[in-house]
Amino acid sequence: MDHLNNYLLISAVLFSLGVFGVITRRNGIAVLMGVELILNAANINFVAFSRFGGMNLDGHIFALIVIVLAAAEAAVALAIVINIYNNLETINVDEASSLRE
Amino acid sequence: MAEILFWFIASFTIISAFFVVLNNQLLYSAIALLFTLFGIAGLYIYLWADFIAGVQLLVYIGGINVLIIFGIMLTNRIASVRLSQTNIQQGLGGAISLWLFIIVAIVVTKTNWYQVESLEPTSTVRGVGKLLLTKYLLPFEAVSVLLLGALIGAAVLSRKTN
Repeated sequence: MDHLNNYLLISAVLFSLGVFGVITRRNGIAVLMGVELILNAANINFVAFSRFGGMNLDGHIFALIVIVLAAAEAAVALAIVINIYNNLETINVDEASSLRE
Repeated sequence: MAEILFWFIASFTIISAFFVVLNNQLLYSAIALLFTLFGIAGLYIYLWADFIAGVQLLVYIGGINVLIIFGIMLTNRIASVRLSQTNIQQGLGGAISLWLFIIVAIVVTKTNWYQVESLEPTSTVRGVGKLLLTKYLLPFEAVSVLLLGALIGAAVLSRKTN
């Protein structure tokens, strides 16, 4: 628990799993969950470097801004997904490929 | 004791992250995401970031995850035929992400990171608040304008067109 590498490796695992989810999922909301995992992995890195680099709080501010951006991104992405569902009756990203009706 | 708890939280986080990306039921994935986010909040507490852990609980678990569950329930047809949730490139995608993890792990273990010893602070709220209103005032304001824009944008996108 007192080694920087532990946290960096945990965050590397979360990042790779997020990338795997983004690549392989068909459902748009599941892709969104993969993106959330990636953002959380980056956040763990920010806070870990802040803690082991002399408790510098700048990393905490950056993590806060990432959390706020994730909230904004989730709201807009879900609005888009629900619109796609209303128009095309599917939210699978490989089927929703037409730009207009 | 703290060491054991740390490894418990870390493995809990990673196992539920596996559930998030591998489960075929979308709602189970969302619940597993909730446990992952809880575990990450625990890791923040081990990293002395009490304020970030609180924000993680409030914004991610109370906001984003609930929003995702709403989205799943609004777009899931119960009567429809259940298809596979993953596309045919699962093997290739797994290989790519494994390769990515190996590269990152090599970089993490080989690099000699800059590290400074420091004392555990009693609370980070005071420092974070001071920085937000002095050094990082402009990004703070920019983020609040962006949140307003996202709010209006989501409302415009999801209203009924007539």
